[in-house]
Amino acid sequence: MTAALLVMIGLGLLLGLVLGVAALKFKVEGDPLIEQIDAILPQTQCGQCGYPGCKPYATAIAGGEADINQCPPGGEAGVKMLADLLGVEPKPLNAEHGVPKPKSVAVIDENTCIGCTLCIQACPVDAILGAAKQMHTIIAAECTGCELCLAPCPVDCITMEPLGEDIAHWKWRYPVVPLKVIPIQVAA
Amino acid sequence: MSLNLGQIFKFAGGVHPPEHKVESTEQPIRTVPLPKTLVLPLRQHIGHIPKILVKVGDHVLKGQLLAEAHGHVSAAVHASTSGTITAIDEQVIPHPSGLPDLSITLQADGKDEWLKHAPLDYQNMERAELIRRIAESGIVGLGGATFPTHVKLRPDARHPVTTLILNGAECEPYITCDDLLMRERADEIIQGAAIMQRLLGSTECLIGLEDNKPQAVAAMNAAVAKANFNAKVVVVPTLYPSGDSRRLIALLTGKESPAKGRTTEIGVQCFNVATAQTLYRFIAHGETVVSRIVTITGNVARPGNYDALLGTSVRDLLQAAGGIRDNTDDYVMGGPMMGFSLPSVDVPMTKAMNCVIASTPSLFPLAPMEMPCIRCVACADACPVNLQPQELYWYSKSNNLEKADEYQLFDCIECGCCSYVCPSHIPLVQYYRYAKSETIAQDRAKQAADQARIRNEERLERIEREKQERAKKHAERTAKAETAGDDNEKKAAIEAAMARAKAQKETVIPQNTEAVSPTVAAEIASVDAARAKAAEKTE
Repeated sequence: MTAALLVMIGLGLLLGLVLGVAALKFKVEGDPLIEQIDAILPQTQCGQCGYPGCKPYATAIAGGEADINQCPPGGEAGVKMLADLLGVEPKPLNAEHGVPKPKSVAVIDENTCIGCTLCIQACPVDAILGAAKQMHTIIAAECTGCELCLAPCPVDCITMEPLGEDIAHWKWRYPVVPLKVIPIQVAA
Repeated sequence: MSLNLGQIFKFAGGVHPPEHKVESTEQPIRTVPLPKTLVLPLRQHIGHIPKILVKVGDHVLKGQLLAEAHGHVSAAVHASTSGTITAIDEQVIPHPSGLPDLSITLQADGKDEWLKHAPLDYQNMERAELIRRIAESGIVGLGGATFPTHVKLRPDARHPVTTLILNGAECEPYITCDDLLMRERADEIIQGAAIMQRLLGSTECLIGLEDNKPQAVAAMNAAVAKANFNAKVVVVPTLYPSGDSRRLIALLTGKESPAKGRTTEIGVQCFNVATAQTLYRFIAHGETVVSRIVTITGNVARPGNYDALLGTSVRDLLQAAGGIRDNTDDYVMGGPMMGFSLPSVDVPMTKAMNCVIASTPSLFPLAPMEMPCIRCVACADACPVNLQPQELYWYSKSNNLEKADEYQLFDCIECGCCSYVCPSHIPLVQYYRYAKSETIAQDRAKQAADQARIRNEERLERIEREKQERAKKHAERTAKAETAGDDNEKKAAIEAAMARAKAQKETVIPQNTEAVSPTVAAEIASVDAARAKAAEKTE
């Protein structure tokens, strides 16, 4: 009886020790849910969701403060992926936060730019190159199209230009039934 | 005639559509007259776009380098004839999108004058140097894939090549340019193979042809005997797509190529016969790639094979083939299985263009309405890559791209066998193409998002770091000022500074009221008097 009791207590202590060590050793840094949500968000860093970037929005969703339909650049597809991840019903995008637009990049009119560096400070991904009283230019490959540089520009020299299609980025279309116009033979 | 059949293996699936090769094989290869204008797109190969070396207005000679290979995988572009560069701009190129791409327009001067060129002494040349020279030649795989040839000829210590395979199968219906090339220029092909063999250090050379080209087989056998080159012509049964390099390797060696790797991993390297011939022309004559043989067939007056300069417009090619006949409504580049409709006849011939078919509604009738899939799996039986086309179809159609990828969508070679056998007339390959390009676009977007995330995080880190540095500097300065000494010392420093400023002010005196002429002095005096008066008045 005593032996059995001691064995059980001993086992309990041993397993408790193993679990305790494992909990310390394999501790997960940060909230994995935030990372998963952040991985779905488009990383435009535009702030249209009402948070100062994608990571803060992801944190807010994980904390239950924000809804999943506040990201226009992610579109309906993004909302659906978030709904799948979080196990909730997908819902249409909230129009209050804007509407999805075609992917664009900012373009600086270099003749008008006065070199004030305000846009450089606004760019969330450091995609604008320039210095005080020097002409600024956008690194198009790094621009996320967030439009945050438009408002601070004192001379309105930045415009958003939609990305056109070129051979390198062309996509095959979804197959549709081809239609051909056949002229009607009118009987004489 | 006895054919050396050797040992032939098999690949799964395959189809045998009507060949339609006779129409274009009745005449020898003819030359297309020199056109007035040639358009040379820079993107005529797989890989990086080459770097332009000329500018508008330059006079160039035939074979002159216009754009050099730029990057690891790239190919050069040369002038196809002598003339003047009249434009470097975007022109419509033969591509299913119909979009324009950067091209060089060359106005021919009619002399067709070659740049001075000489054969390469390849027997006594360093291998690396020879590869570098081939990279300048602009040679790409002429079977249609247009992969830069010099990249495939580079020695790879990890995967030595033991078997060189020349692909003369030409399995796609209508296309006969390789057939005619083998009939007429077999010697040059064999010489090219010998050069490739030397570069790769392979010990065996197999040349694969389908059994529907007996004349080409005879010509190749004769050329091999004459050259005393250790190559074996292997005749394979006519079954589409035996001309796909991995299918041909399986047929000739019985070896399966790794799906995610290169064929060199099983010790095999495969080239098209036209590529070998072009390599021979470059090594033995110094001629860069300026022309190719193209099959012009279908609804034209004189179907056949034509030797044309790169950049010749399809309109000129059709003209050379006697012009189109009535009812022509479309122009297909490539064959009916894998080809696509050209956006216009005013596109230039590129290195990839092996065939143009003038089509009519009766030649290639509009596909019947797509019917529902009846799960007959005829497509799976026909698939030469052992995929499950019906599953790929479901997943591609429903945009379930992850699942499609799990079913190895990217192993699909888009040969079209599944669409060909489908009793419901489902354009299966189009669904796969759509799913593939959509997956690629999503991967690109994902990469861009990851990049943006990293840049955003680094920016926030930098701002935080700068803030802390500033705070640290500020703290240091205030600490320094506090420990600098008592008030007296500070006061003394301020007084000294004030004294310095005063002394400086005294030494600086206005210069323009001294040493002036008497008239100016009088003027100054009168103004001063007027000022005094005015001051009195206001008081």
